[in-house]
Amino acid sequence: MTTRRRARAQRLPWPALLLAAVAVAFFALPLVGLLWRAPWSSAWDYLTSDTATTALRLSLVCSLWATGLSVLFGLPLAWVLARTELPGRGVIRALATLSMVLPPVVGGVALFFALGRRGLVGQYLDQWFGIRLPFTTAGVVIAQTFVAMPFLVITVEAALRQLDTRHEDAARTLGASAWTTFRRVTLPAIRPALVAGAVLSWARALGEFGATITFAGNFPGTTQTMPLAVYLSLETNPEEAIVLALVLIAVSFAVLVGLRDRWLGQVRPQGSVTA
Amino acid sequence: MATTLSCGTDSPARTTDTITVFAAATLSTAFGDLATAFTASNPRFSITFNTAGSFTLANQIAQGAPADVFAAADPAAMDLVAASQVSVFATGRAAIIVQAGNPLGIATVADLTDPDVVVVACAPTAACGRLLGDVTQRAGVVVTPRSLEDTVRGVVTKVTLGEADAGIVFATDVIAAGPRASGVELPDDVNVVVRYPISVLSTAPNSPGAQAFIDFVLSPNGQAILASHGFEAP
Repeated sequence: MTTRRRARAQRLPWPALLLAAVAVAFFALPLVGLLWRAPWSSAWDYLTSDTATTALRLSLVCSLWATGLSVLFGLPLAWVLARTELPGRGVIRALATLSMVLPPVVGGVALFFALGRRGLVGQYLDQWFGIRLPFTTAGVVIAQTFVAMPFLVITVEAALRQLDTRHEDAARTLGASAWTTFRRVTLPAIRPALVAGAVLSWARALGEFGATITFAGNFPGTTQTMPLAVYLSLETNPEEAIVLALVLIAVSFAVLVGLRDRWLGQVRPQGSVTA
Repeated sequence: MATTLSCGTDSPARTTDTITVFAAATLSTAFGDLATAFTASNPRFSITFNTAGSFTLANQIAQGAPADVFAAADPAAMDLVAASQVSVFATGRAAIIVQAGNPLGIATVADLTDPDVVVVACAPTAACGRLLGDVTQRAGVVVTPRSLEDTVRGVVTKVTLGEADAGIVFATDVIAAGPRASGVELPDDVNVVVRYPISVLSTAPNSPGAQAFIDFVLSPNGQAILASHGFEAP
């Protein structure tokens, strides 16, 4: 097994290997830089400080909410985009992925104009229900969902498009309802893509900075997530910032590595058509 | 055909002499005008700005950012960098910034304690981060802001967009916001005097240019421009 793998690696032209090595170094070096500068002797004190624990808890809660909302709304949206002949689908798809290319700060300002106290919809939320989203934890979740959901939508839509619809057709001709077909045939087939999309969304939500600080502001305990805490402590206490950054990296890394082996290992999809 | 790509090259025949000014966010409008006037009378210079919170800038300079001039909104930020001959080029005070026309009728610091009034302030990374604490302590009240913005611009933006009702800023920020916001002056007994320091950095790549710009800021012409933006004489 190992010899076969090595034999395959040797067939790669050396410029490709060299470029790949540069790419790995490019990703690894900044991380090594953080580890190199980390104040190891006082790391534990920073880790257990109020700033760190409060921000980490808030980050985890908000990013999981954002992932949940992304799946709840993004999965149906991906399905509509992949399976219906809705007019203007291209426009809807562009809209749904716009926040990926939008500078996050612009996204935050746009959220103000939509959901802020003076916003298109926000003014009625305030007047009728007394709901104000800016400067609240709910505002953080909204900002994160706004930038994270596209990752789920495009990943799941691509999987749905690649899926061989004959399996679904067969299930239906055998008498399964649309819901049963979706649950028993479609969903298992796209599960790797759904998990991958959810993980990407979660990672994006966890690292979200610009839209959050613009739309939700920055206050410890309510809206100060880890990236905000890192950014602000970078000026006043760089050592604390490095420790907080490493925590954020460790959490993300653990989840990405763990999920990759457990879920994404089985990507050879059951129902896919080879292109 | 012969378009020269001189990006990054150190050409000896530079026609303009660039001065890099790191200025506190609260100074950006006034310093824009100072730079325009300075380069109009000294055409061989051009000025590039980096504006952010005073402590953010001090940190960048300490990390080796190639700055010539540092203008801060707090002498404590100046203490963090290696600079010679620090001069105070202006003074100022704090004010409450409110939405245009002051719809909530905010008149005193005590009005900011109302939980229905959304107050935003600066984070400790900006010089304005001390204003709220100083002013509320003098007034003997406790105000809980909803957000700690990374620069004074964040506070001004949130008030002018209508998402926040009030913020504590430098009085000059209210003037810079123009008709988009209104200000509430604070009486002397609760107010603070802010001193704005400026210096040539020890690591300045262009210290003659830096000194020329600072001389201009301290000159009667420079001081007149600062006064037009609401800054008081040092």
